[in-house]
Amino acid sequence: MDMLRQLESDKLRTDLPDFGPGDTIRVDVRVREGEKERLQAFQGIVIQRRGAGYSETFMVRKISGGVGVERVFPLQSPSVASIAVVRRGDVRRSRLYYLRDRVGKAARVKEKRG
Amino acid sequence: MSIAMLGIKIGMTQRFDDSGRAMPVTVLEMVPCPVVQKKTTETDGYNAIQIGIGTRKKSRLNKPLAGHFKKHGVSPMQVLREIRLTDEEIGEYEAGKEVTLDIFEPGQRVDVEGRSKGKGTAGVMKRWNFRGGKATHGVHENYRHGGAIGQCATPGRLFKGIKMAGRMGNERVSTQNLIIVDIKKEQNLMYVRGAVPGARNGVVLVHGSVKKTKSAV
Repeated sequence: MDMLRQLESDKLRTDLPDFGPGDTIRVDVRVREGEKERLQAFQGIVIQRRGAGYSETFMVRKISGGVGVERVFPLQSPSVASIAVVRRGDVRRSRLYYLRDRVGKAARVKEKRG
Repeated sequence: MSIAMLGIKIGMTQRFDDSGRAMPVTVLEMVPCPVVQKKTTETDGYNAIQIGIGTRKKSRLNKPLAGHFKKHGVSPMQVLREIRLTDEEIGEYEAGKEVTLDIFEPGQRVDVEGRSKGKGTAGVMKRWNFRGGKATHGVHENYRHGGAIGQCATPGRLFKGIKMAGRMGNERVSTQNLIIVDIKKEQNLMYVRGAVPGARNGVVLVHGSVKKTKSAV
């Protein structure tokens, strides 16, 4: 197992910012349309980060056209072109599933101070 | 069977393909395997090479084995396997030489044989994928049972080979047609797509796939 972790560790990305649940982030996703490749932004609140090493994933939730949309990205995937932290959130738990049951004003996350 | 090689299962991880999709891969450590003995049609009646993996203390050897290693001039090894080869295939191999990762290339399909994890005494649901009983409708303590195992007065006995509970696992299992994703020669590592039988640090035998399939994508 140690050997496996070691193998993975050299390849882990270092270009990604530090972020966690509650943060609002913008993920630039590489989208392939036929031959062309372009970047598509997905902005929303991080509601979960799980796994470790090469198989770590995170879940981003946003409201699109009145409908909640959640997307899970593999953190190390090359299809995640870049991640930008838009806003730091102040939350007290690691999984923000409670946001799913809330609409509008109640579904906000406090901003982290200082 | 074509030329094969022994390896150690390191474990499973992920890789990403060109489109960024994650795929499961198993990492195998494939240290060059010394050829311990060469058998030919003239001497033994068939063509084969015996390859080995791992190390074993001299004090842990019995006399016949110690003599066997000494005769062929190789250090004692943990596991020995014989690989049947054809006349053409065996030509290049001699006792004392090594089988290396050169026999494989990325994109090739291989079969991996290993010893599956022992599950101990297992019921029919786990062992044979039976459906078990109903959870409701007045069923009493019959949730994971297999049901009837035979007929009536005719034939008045059980047929052989009825699937029942018993020992499961710890047997030789092959997985076929795994694609070699990557080979790292300097580190003696091989990445194959998908799962491989056995626990981590288990010994596996890797050889080119027996079934003919379209070449890997």
